[in-house]
Amino acid sequence: MVVNEKIAIEHGLKKEEFEKICNLLKRNPNITELAIFSAMWNEHCSYKSSKVHLKTLNSKSKKVIQGPGENAGVVDIGDDDAIVFKIESHNHPSFIEPYQGAATGVGGIMRDIFTMGARPIANLNSLHFGSPQHKKTKNLLRGVVQGIGGYSNCIGVPTIAGQTCFDESYNGNILVNAMTIGLVNKNKIFYSKAVGINKPVIYVGSKTGRDGIHGASMASAIFDEKIEEKKPTVQVGDPFTEKLLLEACLELMVGKSIIAIQDMGAAGLTSSSVEMASKGKLGIELNLNKVPCREENMSPYEIMLSESQERMLIILENGKEKEAKKIFDKWNLDFEIIGKTNDSKKIEIYFNNEKTVDIPIDFLSESAPQYDRKWKKTKLPQKIKFKKDEFKSLKINDCLKKILSSPNICEKRWIWEQYDHTIMGDTIQKPGGDAGVVRVHGSKKAIAASVDSSANYCYSHPLTGGKQVVCESWRNLISVGSEPIAITNCLNFGNPEKEKNMGEFVECLEGINDASKYLEFPIVSGNVSFYNETKDKGIKPTPTIGGIGLIKEYEKMITMDIKKINNHVIVLGKTDGHLDQSIFAKEILGEKKGPPPEVNLFNEKNIGQTLLKLHKNNFIESAHDVSLGGIIVAISKMCIKGNKGIKIGKLKNLMNKFEFFFGEDQARYIIEVKEENLDKVQDILNQNSVHYDKLGIIMKNYIEIENEPKLSIDELKNYNNNWIKNYMVN
Amino acid sequence: MKSSVIIFPGSNCDRDMDVALKKFGFKNQMVWHNEPEIPKSDLIVLPGGFSYGDYLRCGSIAGKSKIINSLIDFVKSGRLVLGICNGFQILTETGLLPGVLQRNKNLEFICKNVFIKINNNSNSFFNNIKKNVLKLHIAHNEGNYFCSNDELKTIEDNNQIAITYCNSEGLSNEENNPNGAIKNIAGVLNKEKNVLGMMPHPERMIDKYLSGDDGSIFFENILGNFK
Amino acid sequence: MKIKAIVTLKEGVLDPQGKAIQQTLSSMSFSEVKKVRQGKYFDIEVNIEDEKKAKAKVEEMCEKLLANLVIEDYKIL
Repeated sequence: MVVNEKIAIEHGLKKEEFEKICNLLKRNPNITELAIFSAMWNEHCSYKSSKVHLKTLNSKSKKVIQGPGENAGVVDIGDDDAIVFKIESHNHPSFIEPYQGAATGVGGIMRDIFTMGARPIANLNSLHFGSPQHKKTKNLLRGVVQGIGGYSNCIGVPTIAGQTCFDESYNGNILVNAMTIGLVNKNKIFYSKAVGINKPVIYVGSKTGRDGIHGASMASAIFDEKIEEKKPTVQVGDPFTEKLLLEACLELMVGKSIIAIQDMGAAGLTSSSVEMASKGKLGIELNLNKVPCREENMSPYEIMLSESQERMLIILENGKEKEAKKIFDKWNLDFEIIGKTNDSKKIEIYFNNEKTVDIPIDFLSESAPQYDRKWKKTKLPQKIKFKKDEFKSLKINDCLKKILSSPNICEKRWIWEQYDHTIMGDTIQKPGGDAGVVRVHGSKKAIAASVDSSANYCYSHPLTGGKQVVCESWRNLISVGSEPIAITNCLNFGNPEKEKNMGEFVECLEGINDASKYLEFPIVSGNVSFYNETKDKGIKPTPTIGGIGLIKEYEKMITMDIKKINNHVIVLGKTDGHLDQSIFAKEILGEKKGPPPEVNLFNEKNIGQTLLKLHKNNFIESAHDVSLGGIIVAISKMCIKGNKGIKIGKLKNLMNKFEFFFGEDQARYIIEVKEENLDKVQDILNQNSVHYDKLGIIMKNYIEIENEPKLSIDELKNYNNNWIKNYMVN
Repeated sequence: MKSSVIIFPGSNCDRDMDVALKKFGFKNQMVWHNEPEIPKSDLIVLPGGFSYGDYLRCGSIAGKSKIINSLIDFVKSGRLVLGICNGFQILTETGLLPGVLQRNKNLEFICKNVFIKINNNSNSFFNNIKKNVLKLHIAHNEGNYFCSNDELKTIEDNNQIAITYCNSEGLSNEENNPNGAIKNIAGVLNKEKNVLGMMPHPERMIDKYLSGDDGSIFFENILGNFK
Repeated sequence: MKIKAIVTLKEGVLDPQGKAIQQTLSSMSFSEVKKVRQGKYFDIEVNIEDEKKAKAKVEEMCEKLLANLVIEDYKIL
C-alpha cells in the first residue's frame, strides 16, 4: 500500500516532513516504511527539537567512560568497577494506565542498564502528581506506586531513594521518571554499535504482540479529548520474564559471543535495528517471518512498531548461535535468528519472501529533521516586598507544623515501604534521607544516589532553576559524605512548538550546563520528554536530575539523624532569608510570585568541598542540606530522625525570624559537631572562607526557640508522618 | 556443614542467602530447580523472591518443580529445610508445612523492620538463642498466614508456631501485626520440627551497617548445632 | 438475585500469568494444552428481582470498577 500525505499526518508527521521523505526516497513510501519513518523521526527517537541544545552539554570528566548516545552513561569508580546509570520518563503511559505505565517504565530503564552488561543494583524514581485535591490524583498515586513496586520488587532490585511532588500543573500530565544504577566490570561493558558483516541478528525475550503500537508517537503527542481512543496502546509488563532475561543476558555476557546488544524500547524492533546499524555504519537485513509472534496474522507494520516489553536484539559472533541458544532455552525465553548485518547501509525487510522495506539507514538517522525552534527568554521576576508586620500574627511553631505536614515536605514512608529497599543486602541508607546508599558488593566502596527537581524555581526563572537542581543533587550527595561523580537528566517540558515552553527548555538546560561545568559534575545520560500538555495546559518545566556519588569507605558514611546530646549544630553557608518561591511563601502566605533564590556556584563548590574536608577529619556527626522549608525544616527532620531536640541560640543577625528560619537561600548545610572538635571545625571553615552560623546545642525531646513555646519532637514526627497515610486512607 | 540453596526461575534472594550462609561458615552450593537430585547437604534453603512471577498463587508453580520430590525425601530423612518468604510459600503449597499465605491485609507490599518473638526453641533453628525477641526485616505482598481453626488447634497442640510478630518488648497484638496473619504468626514448623518456613529475611540483617544484625544470631545458632 | 461476571484480559493483551501457567501445565505433561488465559470471577448478589435490570447493574459495575477497560474485558454470565 502506497501512502499519501493524509496517512503520513495521521502518523504524526508534518506535511514538510512527508515531502522530505518522498524526496529522499525519490518515491512514496509504503505503509511499513512510513511507520518506520514516523517512529524514527518523532520527537522521542530523533530528539529533533532538542538535539541542537543537547549537543552543548558538558559530558566529560576523567571518570566518564561513556557519555550520552548509548543505552546509558558509564563512569569509573576505581578498581575496574564502573557504574552504569540513566533516568528515563514514562509520563504519558502512566497517566493512561498508572500501574502498567509505571511498571513498564521501570522495566525499560532496567533493560537499558543490563543491556550494557551491568547488574542493576539500585532503582530510584521521581514522581510528580497533580494537586492532592484533584479527583484523579489519589488513584494515579496508588497505581504508580504499586506499579513501580510490582516491577522492581519482583526483579529484586532495591528502590533506595526518590521524591514525590504535588502541583496542580500536573493535573492532566503526571511525571513518572525512573532511574536505575548498575555495576559492571569496566573491561566488560557492552555497546549497541554493530561491527562486522554477515553477523547473525538475534531476537531474544518475550514474543511480539500488538502492544503499544505507536507508543513512541504517543509519547510525543499532546493529550487531547480523544485520549480514550489511544488507550489500547498501553503495554503490559511481565517482570518475571524480565528477571529471566536479565539473568540470561548476564550469563551470555560472561563469554565473548556478543558483538552488540540493544533493548527494544520505544518503537521496538524499528529503533533497535536502525540504531545498531547506524552506529556501526552498516546495513541490516531482517526476515519478519522469523520474529516470534504472540498473535496470529501480524503484519510487518505491526511487528516493526510493536512495543511489547522484555525483548532484546543481539548481534552475535558467527558460530556462537548454539551456545547462546542453550542459555536462552535454559531460561525459557524465545531465541530466533531474524537477520544479518551487511554493508548495504540500508535497512531491508522481508516478509513472505517479499522485500517490504528498503530504506538507507542515513535517511532515518542523519537526515531526520532537526529544528532550532524559536524560544523566548524568561525575565527574572521582581522580588516580592513581603509585609513583615503581617508576620507578627504568625507563630513559628504553627507554620512549622503546617509545613512539615504539607504534601511536598512530609515523610513519604507510605510510598517507600511498598518498595523493597533492602534486597541484595547492601542498602546502607534507606529512602527518606538525603540520598540512598548501596554498597558495591564485596568491597569497601558505596554508591550514593539522589533524584531531584525544583519545578517552582524553574517555572519562575528557568536559568536559575536549572542551576539550582544540579546544586541540590550535588548537596544531597555531599551530605552523605560522598564525592559527587556525574548526573543523568530527565527533561520534562511542555510543547516545544510554543516559544515560552521552548524557552524554558533552553534556559533550564543552560542553567544545568553551567552548574555541571562549574561543579565538574558531567551529564552522562538522559532523556527528553516534551509535549507534557493537556488541552493547551502545560506542566511547569521540570528537569529531573539523578546524581551519583562515590563513598570510598562505606563505614564512614554520614547520615542525617542527630546523634548525641550536647553536640553543637552549625549552619554552613550564608542565610539571607530569601522567601520568594519558598514553601513558606506558598503554604503560609499563599504567595506564588517572585524570583527563586540566587545560585552562587563558587559558594556551592567551596562549601561542599569544605564539608568533605571536615568529614575526612572525622569532624561530622550528622549532616543535612538546607533546602525546601529552610533551616527550621532541615533541623526538624534531623531531630525527628535522631529522636532528639535542640536548643536554638539567640539569633546573631538582626534578620526577621521568619526569614531566618524559612528562607531558602542556597549552598547551605546543617552539621552536627562534637564540643571537642568545635574549634578545629571553625578553623577549617575560616581557612576556607566558609560563612557559618552556630545554630544551637542538642538536647532531649524538644525544639526550643527563644520566646516560643517548646515543640515536642514526637508531635513534629506525627505532623511529618501522617499526611500521606491519612490522604490515602480517606 | 553443607547447605544448598535452590534457585527457581524468579527467585531473587538466592544470592543474599548464599552470601549469608557463607559468611557464617556453611559450605553452600546453588542448585537449579530442575536438577533431579539435591547434592549432599545438611540444610536446604528455599530462598525468597517471586518464583514464576507469583503467578497463579505464590509458590504454586515452583511447588510443581522436578526437585520437589527429592526435597520431600530429604525432609523425611530428618535433615533441615528452611523456607524464607517465597520459600515459605512454596513449602505451604507443597504441603510440607500447614496453612497458606494470603495477601497482606492492607493489600500493599510491605518492606520494613519488625520484631518477632521466638515461640518455640526446642528445635535446631532457635534452640540456643538467648534473646527472646529479634529484630528482623520483612518484604512481601503475601505474608498473611492463615489456616482453619482445626489446623490452628493442631499446630498449637504440636507446638509448631515458631515465631510471632510482636513489639520490642515481645508483646504480640493486632497493633504489631504487619500483615493480618492469624495469631500474628510469622513462621511455622512441621510436626517433626525439621522444616521451618518464615516470612522475615534473616539474610538481610547480618551486619550492623544494614537494618540490623539479629539475622546473624539466627544463622550462628543453626551452624552451632552442627559443631 | 445472584449475577456472575468474568473479567479477563483483552484478546491481544499480554497475559504473563496465563503464559506461566500454560508452560507449567505443559511441563507437567498435559501435552494437550494449547493456550491458557486467566481472569477473575465475581459472584455478586444484588437486591434486584428483574434479571435484566440486575445484569445491567452488574455491567455498570464492571465498566466502572471490576474491569480495567484499558486492558480487560468482562462478560456477564
